[in-house]
Amino acid sequence: MTSSQLLGLTIIGYLIASAVYIATFLFKTPKAGVVATVITIATFLAQTAGIILRWVESYEMGIGHAPMTNMYESLVFFSWAIVLFYLYLEIRYKNRLIGAFTMPFAFIAMAYASFAGNIDQQIKPLIPALQSNWLIAHVVTCFIGYAGFAVACGLGIMYLLRRRTSNTDTKSLINSLPALKTIDDLMYRSIVFGFLWLTVGIITGAIWANSAWGTYWSWDPKETWSLITWFIYAATLHAWFTRGWRGRKIAWLSIIGFVAVIFTYFGVNYLLSGLHSYAG
Amino acid sequence: MKNNSIINFFASVKLALFLLFVLAVTSIIGTIIPQGKSADIYIKEFGEKTASLFQILDFTEMYSSWWFVTLLLLLCVNLIVCSLKRIPGALNITGDSNLEIDVDRLARRKDHKDLPTSLSNQEAGHKVAKALKGSGWKTREKQRNEGLLLFAQKGAWTRFGVYIVHSSILVIFVGAMIGNIYGYKGTMMIPETTTKGAIYSFDRQEEIELDFQILCKKFTLSRYPNGAPKEFISDLAVIEDGREVLTKTIEVNDPLHYKGHTFYQSSYRGLEKLLATIQNNQENIATKVLIDPGKEATWRESNVRFGVVNRAGTQEPGLFRYKVWFFDGSGQPQTFWITGGDTTTVKTENGSYTFGLKQFYATGLQVAKDPGVWTVYIGFFMMMGGLYVAFFLSHRRLWVLIKENGGTRVLISGNSNKNKSGFAQDFEETTRKVEKELQ
Repeated sequence: MTSSQLLGLTIIGYLIASAVYIATFLFKTPKAGVVATVITIATFLAQTAGIILRWVESYEMGIGHAPMTNMYESLVFFSWAIVLFYLYLEIRYKNRLIGAFTMPFAFIAMAYASFAGNIDQQIKPLIPALQSNWLIAHVVTCFIGYAGFAVACGLGIMYLLRRRTSNTDTKSLINSLPALKTIDDLMYRSIVFGFLWLTVGIITGAIWANSAWGTYWSWDPKETWSLITWFIYAATLHAWFTRGWRGRKIAWLSIIGFVAVIFTYFGVNYLLSGLHSYAG
Repeated sequence: MKNNSIINFFASVKLALFLLFVLAVTSIIGTIIPQGKSADIYIKEFGEKTASLFQILDFTEMYSSWWFVTLLLLLCVNLIVCSLKRIPGALNITGDSNLEIDVDRLARRKDHKDLPTSLSNQEAGHKVAKALKGSGWKTREKQRNEGLLLFAQKGAWTRFGVYIVHSSILVIFVGAMIGNIYGYKGTMMIPETTTKGAIYSFDRQEEIELDFQILCKKFTLSRYPNGAPKEFISDLAVIEDGREVLTKTIEVNDPLHYKGHTFYQSSYRGLEKLLATIQNNQENIATKVLIDPGKEATWRESNVRFGVVNRAGTQEPGLFRYKVWFFDGSGQPQTFWITGGDTTTVKTENGSYTFGLKQFYATGLQVAKDPGVWTVYIGFFMMMGGLYVAFFLSHRRLWVLIKENGGTRVLISGNSNKNKSGFAQDFEETTRKVEKELQ
């Protein structure tokens, strides 16, 4: 087995798992949920092995570095972190329906990493500025944070769906979802989790920048967008704590926040850097 | 009255939410409009009118513009006033006012327990206090009309976690300001084997003299098999009053620190010249000579004349082989090929030499002096610690009312500001201990 075979299997595994979770939700078949969990755990293990193997392979190629250094590898890790966080929620709160709203994120991340034309899957040597242990600390913490935000976004969507029908049709399938209060609580926890890790991610990035270039902050688009994301979630938490915002408003904020996360991640790379390169 | 309304304005969380929102939205501008370019680039890119509008609104250097800095300062003022206004409340909630609680509410809490005991009020009070102390609760008590009231708490200080986070932001701002006022950045380009004692600052557009000098002994560039640069390495030394006081090999991510300055490896330049090292193995003397390709060079002490007469590429991009002509006056002149960075032994009729040749580089250093960095780092650690405390550690409170009601009764009740299920467990354990003590 090579790492690319294992990671290829991961795409299929997460696709099937997402489909079964959604089917469990649509057709109210709790037994199928067990299957979804088993597939998810098996795929997660295969993905973990794939990531480790890719690490080993990079050493065999003589350029050894942790598999977290480019768009492809970070997306794989992003999807891995989403699944890890989701499995924690599923086991801790004994609810499988959340899977229908979060596992698709893990699948999309993997599929995008593998099929988008502009993403290079090769193991590439690192340019000198990236050869630092801070790189690993920075990437790992950021993506754990992003995983928290992805799950919060999934929960936000779930909340809004659940809310639309909660008062009208008691037999509706949406009503099989967890109670609004439970979703609300999980959403808040996911945001707190994401916010803490994003904070650590920005800080490790700043320390790394300082150790490599002598500037801990230079307002480049990536840094600025990560700060914008941080502002959004900081505002969300303040609204939660002091203004008593709950439910619908927080659900929208968790979706908006995740849009900012996605923009920090992709938009800056594909839209803004292009703008800068022709402007500069 | 008027004073109060100003304070209330600055203390409000609404203002904080508004500022965070405005900061988030305005920050986008600087990620779309390139920052810090020269004026003609904006005119070319956006047209004259838009460009002049950018200048007026400071969009071209927005993160240091008056209005953006004002927003940040407003956020600081908001943080300070808001925290100062709320701290008395936090002190109150952890202080003696807990002994003034309306005791009727105790039995209405989710976590409460009513224990009968055969002990007298006094004795029960002692035993309860002892049991609580044993479980890590800090207690105080007051004789109330309704009976003896004990108040106990854990983690009262965690109420201040949020203020640690708020102060951390201020600390980071202070660090940034220290760096802005007392720090500078610049670059140095030092050819190998030479020294420099000044850096060029972009901000000030001038050279800044250092009170020491940097010697670049050697620069090494290694590459990956595909030709991409792998490592830039410079052997540097600090020269002060003509003495070498410190040597360090720096590479990207591993800089040299000296007297508040940090020297980062950032770039290099390959110069036309080549650096030859020759050692006369018999007389044990050596020299370093900088030579131009195609020109003859001499080393007088050993009477050696030599030069590079040809160059050829290797498999490795950027690495060359050189054809060297070498003559020490004995026998015939020698010619041989040597790869850049290698050394070889040259035997002549009367002598033996170790000859090395490498591309001559200038190392490009970035120099930063930022006395505010450690303040900023302290702010970082305060922020991470503060967030952990604010989100995960809870303030747990217990009230115990011991009253006469046809025999002594002990009513225990409590709450926690976070982690309710964790508290419920703690509460159960504590009441069990109290119960045991009372028997």
